[in-house]
Amino acid sequence: MINNPEEVLRMNTFEKIKAHLSHKTVGIAGCGGLGSNCAVALARVGIGKLIIADFDVIDLSNLNRQYYFFDQIGKKKCVALKENIQRINPDVITESHDIKLHPADILSLFYSCDIIVEAFDLAEMKEMIIETVLTEMPHTPLICGLGMAGWGMNAQIHSHNIDNLYICGDEATEISPECPPLAPRVGIVANMQANVALELLLKDMI
Amino acid sequence: MKITLNHTEETLEKENISISDLMAYKNFTFKMLVVKVNGEFIPKTKYKETTVSDGDDVIILHLMSGG
Repeated sequence: MINNPEEVLRMNTFEKIKAHLSHKTVGIAGCGGLGSNCAVALARVGIGKLIIADFDVIDLSNLNRQYYFFDQIGKKKCVALKENIQRINPDVITESHDIKLHPADILSLFYSCDIIVEAFDLAEMKEMIIETVLTEMPHTPLICGLGMAGWGMNAQIHSHNIDNLYICGDEATEISPECPPLAPRVGIVANMQANVALELLLKDMI
Repeated sequence: MKITLNHTEETLEKENISISDLMAYKNFTFKMLVVKVNGEFIPKTKYKETTVSDGDDVIILHLMSGG
């Protein structure tokens, strides 16, 4: 923690960013394609604490987009993601929860978060967290990933917000056997979510 | 009446309309939705009883799987 104003003046911009982010907490609901890539981006820039949650196990089919390695197949995603975050930036405090999230869990696990990132795959889970956060935690920004299946179409991916609800994605493509989720577009949206989080977290940086 | 639907101005012949009728009129058939009227979140159970009137700002967000 850096509180001395003279020391702040001497720091370069990235050092300032890291010092500022070291006090911040981001909750990530889901550790799949969106959650794993978003968590890694936030860890690299020096987020203070990540609260991650997922109940799933890593499968070979996940490696086309999710931030896991071949030798982690069969492991719990929440455990493997914590390991990967620690290998990238051991300064990040990672609180990992092996859980299928319900509305009450979202309130109890993420109440201390500055920002919540929605990183579920299923539309009904996205709906559940949006409803929960908008009604129970309306002052906490929620960053959702909406529409990222397939490939190409860079220009269709965008971000916008409705009050405290932030949307990243193309808002059009839905996953199907013909339109699978793949590393490039899922990674773009996950990193876009991290970028929105950064923008919000750095608003009050000196 | 004129409303704003998803940031676009929309003119409707009726003087007011329920959220469910508005969705039927616009052919919004998605099952997973988030609705806000003038910034207020409207739960699914209130789509029939919530009416939209002239000047209202309506957001109907479609949710699709993927992540």
